[in-house]
Amino acid sequence: MQVFLIKRTLGFLTTILAISVIVFLVMNVLPGDPSVTILGIDSSEDARAALRAQLGLDDPIWQRYLHWIWGVAQGDFGTSYFFRVPVGELIAERLPLTLSLAAFGTLATVVLGIVLGVIAAANHGRAGDWIIMLLSQLGIAIPAFWLSMLLVLLFAVKLRWLPPGGFPGWDEPVAALRSLILPTTALALVQSAVLARVTRSSALEVMRLDFVRTARATGMTRGRILGRHILPNALVPIVTIVGMQVAAVVTGTIVIENVFYLPGLGRLVFQSISNRDLFTVQALVVLFAAIVVTANFLVDIAYVLIDPRLKGRLS
Amino acid sequence: MTKFRTTVLTALVASVALASPLFAAGTLRIGLQQEPTVLDPTSDATASISGMLVHNVYESLTTVDESGAVLPNLAQSWTISDDGLTYTFSLVEGAKFHDGTSFDADDVKFSFDRAMAEGSLNPTKKIFEPIESITVIDPKTIEMKLKRKDAFFLFNIAQGAASILAPESAENDATKPVGTGPFVFDGWTRGDRLTLKKYADYRDAADVALDKVEFRFISDPAAATAALMSEELDAFPGFPAPELLDQFEADPRFKVVVGSTEGEVILALNNSKPPFSDLNARRGVSYAIDRSEIIEGAMYGRAVPIGSFYPPHGPAYVDLTGMYPHDTAKAKELFTEAGLEGGEVTLRVPPFPYATRSAEIVQAEMAKAGVKVKVENVEWGFWIDEVYKKKNYDMTIIAHTSPNDLSNFAKGPNYFYGYHSDEYDALWNAINTETDDDKRHELEKQAQVFIAENAIHAFLFQLPRLAIYRQGVNGFWTSAPVLFQPLAGVTVQ
Repeated sequence: MQVFLIKRTLGFLTTILAISVIVFLVMNVLPGDPSVTILGIDSSEDARAALRAQLGLDDPIWQRYLHWIWGVAQGDFGTSYFFRVPVGELIAERLPLTLSLAAFGTLATVVLGIVLGVIAAANHGRAGDWIIMLLSQLGIAIPAFWLSMLLVLLFAVKLRWLPPGGFPGWDEPVAALRSLILPTTALALVQSAVLARVTRSSALEVMRLDFVRTARATGMTRGRILGRHILPNALVPIVTIVGMQVAAVVTGTIVIENVFYLPGLGRLVFQSISNRDLFTVQALVVLFAAIVVTANFLVDIAYVLIDPRLKGRLS
Repeated sequence: MTKFRTTVLTALVASVALASPLFAAGTLRIGLQQEPTVLDPTSDATASISGMLVHNVYESLTTVDESGAVLPNLAQSWTISDDGLTYTFSLVEGAKFHDGTSFDADDVKFSFDRAMAEGSLNPTKKIFEPIESITVIDPKTIEMKLKRKDAFFLFNIAQGAASILAPESAENDATKPVGTGPFVFDGWTRGDRLTLKKYADYRDAADVALDKVEFRFISDPAAATAALMSEELDAFPGFPAPELLDQFEADPRFKVVVGSTEGEVILALNNSKPPFSDLNARRGVSYAIDRSEIIEGAMYGRAVPIGSFYPPHGPAYVDLTGMYPHDTAKAKELFTEAGLEGGEVTLRVPPFPYATRSAEIVQAEMAKAGVKVKVENVEWGFWIDEVYKKKNYDMTIIAHTSPNDLSNFAKGPNYFYGYHSDEYDALWNAINTETDDDKRHELEKQAQVFIAENAIHAFLFQLPRLAIYRQGVNGFWTSAPVLFQPLAGVTVQ
């Protein structure tokens, strides 16, 4: 287990380092000069030159990279070109919203996806199965941003039950929760459609196995067979998909936050890429990568908990 | 237990009700498409900084009204010497910065010196270029000497780039703006909202109706529509989507106001290289395009056509839209003469809806006149590098939103127009130094005719200011001669 942890951490650090080099290079190859974006196309050349000098944009690229990575090693992620505040501060301001959104989104996905998948499997070939599969097909086909707009039209504009967007901050917990209901729903509906299908087919596969027939022969109830024998054995593919879906939910916040104008990291990514805000993009990409790598790591641990036979794989 | 549950439920319902939007009297919620990244108009040109803060939080020596006429502000009056070079400003009594520090002539000198200094980041440094010296006569009087006459001096110093800051707070204005205006900066949740509240010690506090102003940042037009429709917003003065206006006009809860801006939308031609270094090719483009079709298709009919580079609401406007009537046959003839018939040109389009929509129509119209147009939709960063800096384009579509920008054609061959004419340079110089309004307007008319005759670009339409207000919101400007919008005169019922 320890060897596994060390290997994983080393792998993580190399991934992050490689990503940071690639982002740095790509951001430098992309056309666009922050000094013109900030000062406008009618600004004078000497004001732009002064700004470039102040931001260190005229130094050679390797020097800027080394300077940045040295700062990171000391816990300083640089200063945003555009917001002119430390990147760490920008992220800290927005992290709570995106994390809550991603956590709610994942939770709703897992609950909804597994419950629907199991219901479909238990009613295999009957109307319930048919309806759930039809709905999940629809869910997979609908793009999240379009679903978001439909939700807003119905629940915010027509019924006025929920706000159409924005986020008042966690100082007002009730208003904050209310404003996260629609974004969470939009995030989770699409993802849970995928998960429901995987759960269903995985459960169906297990149902065909000999031990299920044996269990049935002993006179166990259907519910007990489902809970004790089928679901635990169907979990491995489900957990794999959930691990991938955490990544999808985190990146999905980029679209959702823009549609619901939520002040989270997703919108910050969007804004800083179009502004060529190098250090902010760097830090965010590294952060998103870290979230995805951590999710994968947790999936690996979960495998062992589900299936003790896999323990050998970890050492 | 049941009683406990009821109590919890009641509390929950009550708090949900409290969290719903309430119409607090004197609170105005304004939607904005663009969010700035800093709040200091003297170091960043982002239009929304001016839109929210200039002449609300910050003030300048002068201000302008809706027609663009100059009015006194922190300078209550001024005298101009007979040679037009010395301006003596008498400063207003009773002005104080929001942090309690006093306002006097030293703050004015500090602000101007800071903007003019070597290494200053002021985005419109050129407005300070004519200033030779600034002298504080006494705490309420300041004198500025100019190197040359500047017809636009009093107008220019009304802008955000010439805001008066205090030396005590100037360094922090990027995140905590401090000015002398009728509203105090209250808070900024990046990505969500920025709030202002009334400045109780403002010298004319009695004239300010609003207690609180909340700017909400919503970039997506569909989301903006939903926010207005669900009454989360009271006003959206710069609404981005003309195609969505009909549903607001049909709804009695709202009023839609279409005004004008300083933004001329042009089909810019690269004058520095063939094919558009040839006057015939340029004139061919002007004949090929049909402005009414472009305005219908790109702006849903909500814009006024222009025939030169001057806003139709301006005092010196001449209507030159008839100089090149839409005439495909004539365009074809001119393209043949220029050797462009059957040729191909590139139209690089920045990512703004007015530009991308116009581009498709221009492409179709040019094709009818025998010239193939390759439309390339490019990203803003790419546009700045390739089109604006390297002049690597044949045609592009862009709005110029600065006031008094007839100067663009006198910026020399290195500017992205690639245009140069000694005759026009002399004409602009005459405009810029003519302080008599009538004479200057006469020269500005000549300049418009010159630009149209030489077909330096093809001119499409004036960018409209599309605004949506809840009934009961009054006092917003219809047209925007500048980037700012004073809120002191705005009322809510």
